[in-house]
Amino acid sequence: MTLIRLSHKRKPRARRVLGEFPSVDSLLAGIDALKNGGYDTLETFTPFDIPELDARLGLRRSRIGWLVFTCGLIGMVLAFGIQWWANVHNYPLNSGGRPVFAIPSFIFPTFEGLVLAASFGAFFGVLAWLHLPRLWAPIDEVEGFTSASIDRFWIAVGAVDADDSGERAQKILRDSGAIQTFAPADV
Amino acid sequence: MYDVPDDAALTDQILSPIWTRSRAWWPLFIVSGLLAVLFIYAMGVTFVRGIGSWGNNVPVAWAWGITDFVWWIGIGHAGTFISAFLILLNQRWRASINRFAESMTLFALVNASLFPILHLGRPWFFYWLIPYPATMGVWPNFKSSLPWDVAAVSTYFTVSLLFWYLGLVPDLAAARDRAPGITRRRIYGIFALGWRGSSQEWRHYRVAYTLLAGLATPLVISVHSIVSLDFAITQLPGWHSTIFPPYFVVGAIYSGLAMVLMLILPARRIFHLKDIITEAHLSNLAKLMLVTGSMLAYSYLCEAFVSWYSGDPFEYYTSFVARPLGPYAIIFWLMLCANILTPQLFWWKRMRTNTVVLFGASLLVFAGMWCERFIIIVGSLNRDFLPSSWHFYAPSWVDISLLAGSMGLFCFLFLAFLRWVPMVALSEVKRLHLDMRKERQPVKVRAADGAAS
Repeated sequence: MTLIRLSHKRKPRARRVLGEFPSVDSLLAGIDALKNGGYDTLETFTPFDIPELDARLGLRRSRIGWLVFTCGLIGMVLAFGIQWWANVHNYPLNSGGRPVFAIPSFIFPTFEGLVLAASFGAFFGVLAWLHLPRLWAPIDEVEGFTSASIDRFWIAVGAVDADDSGERAQKILRDSGAIQTFAPADV
Repeated sequence: MYDVPDDAALTDQILSPIWTRSRAWWPLFIVSGLLAVLFIYAMGVTFVRGIGSWGNNVPVAWAWGITDFVWWIGIGHAGTFISAFLILLNQRWRASINRFAESMTLFALVNASLFPILHLGRPWFFYWLIPYPATMGVWPNFKSSLPWDVAAVSTYFTVSLLFWYLGLVPDLAAARDRAPGITRRRIYGIFALGWRGSSQEWRHYRVAYTLLAGLATPLVISVHSIVSLDFAITQLPGWHSTIFPPYFVVGAIYSGLAMVLMLILPARRIFHLKDIITEAHLSNLAKLMLVTGSMLAYSYLCEAFVSWYSGDPFEYYTSFVARPLGPYAIIFWLMLCANILTPQLFWWKRMRTNTVVLFGASLLVFAGMWCERFIIIVGSLNRDFLPSSWHFYAPSWVDISLLAGSMGLFCFLFLAFLRWVPMVALSEVKRLHLDMRKERQPVKVRAADGAAS
């Protein structure tokens, strides 16, 4: 598995219908209408975080915290271990007659090691989890999609059958306030 | 009615300094760049001629350089405080100013980390401080506070950088999608890492970002605590004090808040950000300064009380004779007046929202906090236990150039940031505006909305 994929790997995936909404309220209304219409493979693209979406889209809380916790533990053990190995084991250092294995003085770098490793875990973990950087994806080719990072709210409706023209999903999107919809495409 | 630009206009307003050059920018950039060159020159002199080119001499082995280090790193603390601590407390108003504050942290840390390295004597061996797998088998002494500093400052810089960059990613995506011309779109596109704002992305991002904030908050407290231990674990009167860690952390945040205000006030005027960085923000920052300033005053009082109560003649002499009446008395009194009296202005709302008063007060605190570091370091070292070894310290031109040059480098980096990076956390401000619009709707409309959705 490669951590960095500069472009999206082509794989056969369900075609998706796209809709563009002007506001958060209309986006939420659109999601509800789609779910009532039987579509539940939904993904949204929004300029800012909308935590209310998670419950509607059936997304669980991210488990990245466990990764961060594990990294923090590793960093803590490593930092303490390095100090023990350097000053106690490999070269027992007599500094002013203080005990060689002086745990209180090792606390500070141990704490910093924990924070550093946990932060690396959070930063690189979230990138790896999301397969970023991924500089290009098919959805970037959709005209006007760049508004998803500015002021518009997009829905991608998955699980549209191959023989389905996507008309029904598009109609639901339009009825709930979409200003633009796109026929099913491999995005 | 809540009157703000819509999201598209807001995006364009924040991003416009990136695409269009302002006339005031180049002269400022060049002047600060020249000062940065002076910094590099003074560093070169220190490299070639050694610490002898500074004014330091035993017993004042630490002086101007360490003062600059402690001061700069303290300034950085307010950035993390505003961006990380306030996010945990759910203080939404931070959204407008956190990017300024975080950038300030980064650039202050660049300066701060250079001073102890220069002070090593043989700065090119700085990597000996890191426990790398070396065949010579001589390791850093982890019972000394100096390797603690290395761990603390390098971790602080790295974590601040990661936190700053992760916060930037959605805004860099906005810059990518608004960039005029293919070249800029590609450059911002690379830095945006392909962010598309999907529900999956936000779900993990939100948790990772909050966790980073959660990690940065104890980190920022640990960093200045460890810096204070450089002093507190010695036996020198004026340094050997258990109040040092909280005293240093509070002073650090205090000086940093002054710096944030000094950066925000001109930027707010030049880039017309008055509807984004409102009077409420300024007032909140001033209130925070009043709180941290009062805590600092308490620390001064506590330190003086303990010196008296200890019954130790050396402690007593340092606190009540050497500092207020000794050779640096002017700096001592300047420190007390600037740090304790200035924030008292902020009891009044009119003062908290008057930009001229705010700027002047911040400048005073900014200078006052430098004086505090100087008094703690030089004011304690120059008169130690043995009067025959007392020594008056005066800085050399290299010391002064290093301080002036580091300010130049800071301004240089900050101007570069204003020019090439989205200066306000766009995605967070958009969310904030949405929430505020909802909150300010009449109750009936909100109830109707609730019923509809």
